[in-house]
Amino acid sequence: MNAPRCLIAEDEPLLAAGLQADLAALWPELVVAAQVGDGASAVAQALALQPEICFLDIRMPGLTGLEAAQELAEDWPEGTPFPLLVFVTAYDQYALAAFDAQAVDYLVKPVDRARLQACVSRLQNRLQTRLQTRPADRSAPPAGTAPKSDDTLAQTMNQLRALLSAAAPTAAQPPPLLDVVQAQVGNLVHLVPVAEVIYFEAADKYVRVITAEREHLIRMSLRELLPQLDPQRFWQIHRGTVVQARCITTARREESGKVTLALARRSEKLTASRLYAHLFKGM
Amino acid sequence: MNTLPMNSPAPARPVPTAFAAALGRVKRRLPRTVLLVAAICLVIALILTAIDGRGFAVKLIYSLSVGAACNTIVFAAMLLSGWSTDLLYRTRGLPLPDQRNAGWLGVLPGALGAALFGPPLGLSLADWITGFTSPSMLNLNSTSTRLTLLFSVLATLVTIFVLQAQERLAQARAQAEAAQRQAAENQLRLLQSQLEPHMLFNTLANLRVLIGMDPARAQAMLDRLIAFLRATLSASRTPQHPLATEFERVADYLALMDIRMGPRLQSRLELPAELGQLAVPSLLLQPLVENAIKHGLEPKVQGGRVEVSARRDADMLVLSVRDTGIGLAAAAAAADHGGSHFGLAQARERLATLFGGRAMLSLAEASDSEGGVLVTLRLPIEPTSPTTAA
Repeated sequence: MNAPRCLIAEDEPLLAAGLQADLAALWPELVVAAQVGDGASAVAQALALQPEICFLDIRMPGLTGLEAAQELAEDWPEGTPFPLLVFVTAYDQYALAAFDAQAVDYLVKPVDRARLQACVSRLQNRLQTRLQTRPADRSAPPAGTAPKSDDTLAQTMNQLRALLSAAAPTAAQPPPLLDVVQAQVGNLVHLVPVAEVIYFEAADKYVRVITAEREHLIRMSLRELLPQLDPQRFWQIHRGTVVQARCITTARREESGKVTLALARRSEKLTASRLYAHLFKGM
Repeated sequence: MNTLPMNSPAPARPVPTAFAAALGRVKRRLPRTVLLVAAICLVIALILTAIDGRGFAVKLIYSLSVGAACNTIVFAAMLLSGWSTDLLYRTRGLPLPDQRNAGWLGVLPGALGAALFGPPLGLSLADWITGFTSPSMLNLNSTSTRLTLLFSVLATLVTIFVLQAQERLAQARAQAEAAQRQAAENQLRLLQSQLEPHMLFNTLANLRVLIGMDPARAQAMLDRLIAFLRATLSASRTPQHPLATEFERVADYLALMDIRMGPRLQSRLELPAELGQLAVPSLLLQPLVENAIKHGLEPKVQGGRVEVSARRDADMLVLSVRDTGIGLAAAAAAADHGGSHFGLAQARERLATLFGGRAMLSLAEASDSEGGVLVTLRLPIEPTSPTTAA
C-alpha cells in the first residue's frame, strides 16, 4: 500500500506547521503532499495531487474551506476516490458538531492531541475500508460505470449541502428581490427584466446575463447577485450557474452523477454539478 | 455566527386605540383605587363621627357611596376621553398617536365632574341603601352638605394624585431599569466584539504551537495577549487614556496578528511624540485596526499593510487607520463571512456621546493605487485636556 497523502490548507503558518508536526507524531506514514495558505490554491493542489485526505481551514483568504470543498466536489475527476475532508475551524460557527463525522470530520482549534488522535484513527479506518471495497469494484464490469465505492463523495455532497445552506442565511436582512437587471455598456444602460433572463453565469468578477436573444455583462459577483433572486424561480445548478427553472425543458442524468439540462429558446446545454443534481428528480 | 445581534429591548407593544389604553389603565388602577377609596372613606367617616359623635356605620355608608360615585365618574371620564380621542383621530384620518398618556386627558374634567355630580349621586345611593333622606345638595347652608362636598372633592383629588404619582414613579423606575439594561448590554457587546471567539481561539492555537517550537517567543506572545485582555476588560472602567497608551494597545494587537498571519501582515505605527499625552477614549483605535485586518487583509490572499498614524491639524487630533486590503466593496460582498462592521458603528456611537458633533469619523476607499480602506477620525483637542491622566 502506498503511503497515504494529505493536503493541509491553513492560512496561519504556525498553525499549519503545528498540525503538520502533530500529524507526523501521530501518523508517521502520512505524507504531507502539499501545504497551502488559501482556498483557491487548496483546490488547485488537491486536483493536481489527488491526496487521500484534505485538512481545510474554514476561514481562509480567497475561498473559504467550505467553498473550496464545493469546488473540489464539483470538479473532482471520475474514477478517483474523493478525498476524505477534515474541516478545521477556530470557532464552531457552522455548528459543525451537529454533523455526524462520516466523510467529513471537523477539528476545532486549538486542536488537542487526543482529538487529533481520534480524527486520525477515523481517517485510517475509512482508508482501510476503502481499500477493502476497491478490489470488488475493480472486478466489476469496467468502463463507464462510475466506481460505486465513491459513497465518500455522496456523503460529502449531502453534508456540504447542509453546511452551505446553514452558512448562507446570515445576512441581517435579505436584500429586496431584483426585478430588472441593469447592464451598462459605455454610456448605455440596458434594462433586462429578470423574468426574461434564462440563466446567469459567473465570469471572473462579472456575471453574464443570458436571455433568449442576447447576453449582457454585469459588474457584480454571482455571490452578490444570488440573494437578490427568487430561489423558487432561479435555481443554482453549479457554483457558477443560476438558471430560471421554467426555462429548463429536460434534465438528463449522466453516468458521472452530473445532470445535463436542455433549455427553451437556447441551443446550448447547461451542466448541473453533482452538488445540485438532487434538484432534478421525477415527481 | 452573527455574534452581535442588535437586541435592543423590544419597544412597548403599541396599544391599538386610545380607548383600549384608557381601559387598560382603568383596569390596572381599579384594585388600588378601591383600597385607597375605602381607606379615605373610613377616615372621613371617623372624622365626621368625631365632629357630631353619632352614627358611624351610616356615615361610613354615605362616605363610601360618595367616594365610589366620584371615582366612577373619574374612570368614566377617562374612558370617554380615550374614546373621543379615537373618534377625533379617526374622523380626521390621522394615524393614532402615542397612547401612553391616553386616558389622562379625562382626569381633569373627571375630577371636576366628580366634585359636582359625585356627592349628589353618592348621597342618593346611600339614601337608597339606608332609607334616610339627605338634605338637598343645593342647600349649601347645611354644615353636613358643605362638609360632604368638601370631603368628597378632597378625597377624589387625593385619590387621583396618589395614583398618578404611583404610576409616574413606576414609569420612571421602568425607564431607569431599561437604561441600565441598555448600558450593560452595550458593555457586553463591546466585550464580545473584543473577545471575538475566532480571534481568541486562533491566538491560543498559535500559542499552543509556539510553546513547543519556540518557548521564548511563546512567552512574548502570551505577554501581548495578557496586555490585550487586560486592556479590553478595563476599557469599560477607564473611559480615557493617553494616546501613547492607545498606540501600545494597538501594538499588542498587531503583534498577536503578526504571529498569526506571518509575512502576510505588515504594519506601521506613527505617533509624533508631542501627541502621546493627549487623552483619547480608550480602545477607540484598536477595534478599527481589527476591522482593517479582519475585513481588509485577512480575506486577501497576498495580505498587505496596515498603517496607524496620528497628527495634529490646528485644534483637531487626526487619527487614521489605513489598510491595503480588498477594499470596501469586496469587504461588503464578503460580509456574510465575517459578521458586521460593529467596530465602526460602535466608534461612531462613542464619538457622538463623548464629543457631540465636534468629532467625526469617515470611511473611504484609499485614493492611491494600493487600494484598501482609509478610516479617519477627527477629535477636538481640548485646551484643558487632562494630559497627565493615566
